[in-house]
Amino acid sequence: MQNLKKMKQQSTNALLSSKANDVPVIRIEPSQGWVSLKLDELWQYRELLYFLVWRDVKVRYKQTVLGVAWAIIQPFFTMVVFSVFFGELAKVPSDGIPYPIFSYAALVPWSFFSQGLGQASNSLVGGARLIKKVYFPRLAMPIATVLSGTVDFVLAFIVLLVMILAYGIVPTINVLFLPLFLLLALSTSLGVSLWLSAMNVQFRDVGYIVPFITQFWMFATPIAYSSSLIENRLLRTLYGINPMTGVVEGFRWALLGTDTAPGPIVIVSSAVALALLVSGAFYFRRMEKTFADVV
Amino acid sequence: MNDISIHVENISKKYYIGQKQDRYRTLRDTLADAFVAPFRRVSKLLRGQATGAAELHEMIWALKDVSFEVKRGEVVGIIGRNGAGKSTLLKILSRITEPTTGLAEIHGRVGSLLEVGTGFHEELTGRENISLNGAILGMKRSEIERKFDEIVAFAEVEKFIDTPVKHYSSGMYLRLAFAVAAHLEPEILLVDEVLAVGDARFQKKCLNKMQDVGHQGRTVLFVSHNMPAITRLCERVILLDEGGILEDGPAHKVVSAYLNSGLGTTAIREWPDPAKAPSGDVARLRATWIQTQDGRVTEAVDIRQDVKVAMEFEVLKPGHVLLPHFHFDNEEGVHVFATVDLDPNWRLRPRPTGRYVSTARIPGNLLAEGTLFVHANMVTLNPDTFQFSAPETIAFQVIDSLDGDSARGDWTRHLGGAVRPLLEWETQFTPNGKEEITADVEEEKPQKQSS
Repeated sequence: MQNLKKMKQQSTNALLSSKANDVPVIRIEPSQGWVSLKLDELWQYRELLYFLVWRDVKVRYKQTVLGVAWAIIQPFFTMVVFSVFFGELAKVPSDGIPYPIFSYAALVPWSFFSQGLGQASNSLVGGARLIKKVYFPRLAMPIATVLSGTVDFVLAFIVLLVMILAYGIVPTINVLFLPLFLLLALSTSLGVSLWLSAMNVQFRDVGYIVPFITQFWMFATPIAYSSSLIENRLLRTLYGINPMTGVVEGFRWALLGTDTAPGPIVIVSSAVALALLVSGAFYFRRMEKTFADVV
Repeated sequence: MNDISIHVENISKKYYIGQKQDRYRTLRDTLADAFVAPFRRVSKLLRGQATGAAELHEMIWALKDVSFEVKRGEVVGIIGRNGAGKSTLLKILSRITEPTTGLAEIHGRVGSLLEVGTGFHEELTGRENISLNGAILGMKRSEIERKFDEIVAFAEVEKFIDTPVKHYSSGMYLRLAFAVAAHLEPEILLVDEVLAVGDARFQKKCLNKMQDVGHQGRTVLFVSHNMPAITRLCERVILLDEGGILEDGPAHKVVSAYLNSGLGTTAIREWPDPAKAPSGDVARLRATWIQTQDGRVTEAVDIRQDVKVAMEFEVLKPGHVLLPHFHFDNEEGVHVFATVDLDPNWRLRPRPTGRYVSTARIPGNLLAEGTLFVHANMVTLNPDTFQFSAPETIAFQVIDSLDGDSARGDWTRHLGGAVRPLLEWETQFTPNGKEEITADVEEEKPQKQSS
């Protein structure tokens, strides 16, 4: 906590308001070490954030034949493949829930996470021209990219709802917790993206690493299988160190009524996601001063 | 009370460029590096050091100890040759990049315009790009909506406003982009060489718009290579060279200092090495330059004064009739005129070998303001053979100091045209009540003031 305070005090480039004549005074000087996140400034630029999200949504499926259908096709066909190989052939247990919906309920938040990660980690490099020519809080770029993924999420989620009805599953009151699990997925995606997008500015290796990370991460997350395969309760809770475990189990619990409430897992996942997000944001801000010169 | 708008104190900026070459690198070193360096870099990266690969690089100071102050409402031009630090300075003041050392304070809302069309997206329509670009440049949504029609009208793209900009011509694209930028209304405007875009007519429109900005009491920092625009828009000019301030003072003084310093366009070009000189089998160019009436070589020419353009050449083979000539292009690429050697002493007369200097005198009050690029050419007559052509070897600026006795008279704003001869005018006047003399008077519509 003390550290945080210290960081705030070191804040530079701060947008101060002189009370006398209400002319904003901008101080420009070199920053050193860890700097403040300047979330207040990010808030001032919320309209830009809105427009960046709007642009991403607007152009995402331009000049594609299938358009927004892509938002559904990807998780849906992954589900079909999983259902055939893991569900039918390998007979992976699915907590007593029909395998297709068991895997699809996990693939929807997973797609949101992995798409967000893939695009946001490239957001600074892709927006290099903007960074070199205009000032705005750079945090807005990965944030906008991750946020714009919610539109895809909503579309894929509608299909999920249709499937739930088709399978005759009645959602419980736990559905109310769903937005929190979405928020958890968003924080994880953003946290990792902040690290990777900032690194990507200097090391384009990141572009090659991200597909790997996503692939490994997918199998490290109980999407094709259930975390209940791990019988030791403590180990299962520790599985929550992968924040996406919390998200996926949370989605299943909230929508499909799997009987084990994932409470401990979700707590661990949330803590890890928060740590990723905060550390990512500070790392990002620390590297930010070099973006325009290096990207 | 506080009328300082921009305060800059000892700002310096260091960049790392290019890779330093190690003299003795063995293959083993290189291989070892290939394995070790990534780990070293990763460990650095994790420690948050931005300089991952920088050790291997050489550094330069793009700006070194630059200090100045700009008062509220001042329009200040920043000039200097490429790499002098102009753009870096604007980038620092726009907060795009941080200074390495030093401090700057800016009092007021800043709008920076370092490029037109930043953030434009090809797939979006003109309408959508106006909103997006406006937001990126710092306009509020309400502000964009309020000025929308004005922006569209300024850009002259009404018909295509709902077409994706990828279908725009490059001219339309730039007009739209500039129109958004031109409607920014911050207290301080930082502009970098954005006028070098679009067709000549639209450039003029933009210059006028810029001038309006200045007249509305806004502080403007304006980087440009366009000396006539600088002298017209700015009262004060800062000349940067190699990262430092070389001159800071009244526009005309600094601009002419710049043009005379040899930093700008070059007024003289010599080929000391005959092997490299433009040459044919009969004649070889040795030098070409611009001079004033009194023989001073200069890039800056007063619009009212005569200017001489000269070429020195060698005749290598005797017995040919030679025809030296010059072509003049302006900065818009318009071929303004050509002139051929008419010296009666050498007309149709074969020249013996030796050195010659041919000089053409261009009378004052003929050229328009701006840069003229000079091409020196040589042909022989009968048979007509081409000897040499040295395109854009030298250039000079025609400057109007706005004293009221040039062809622009007391009009101080934009005046177009490829030439600007000083003509005689006369007026017939009949007082009211008598028979009136009617004349068709075409008036230019006044520029719309943005509010």
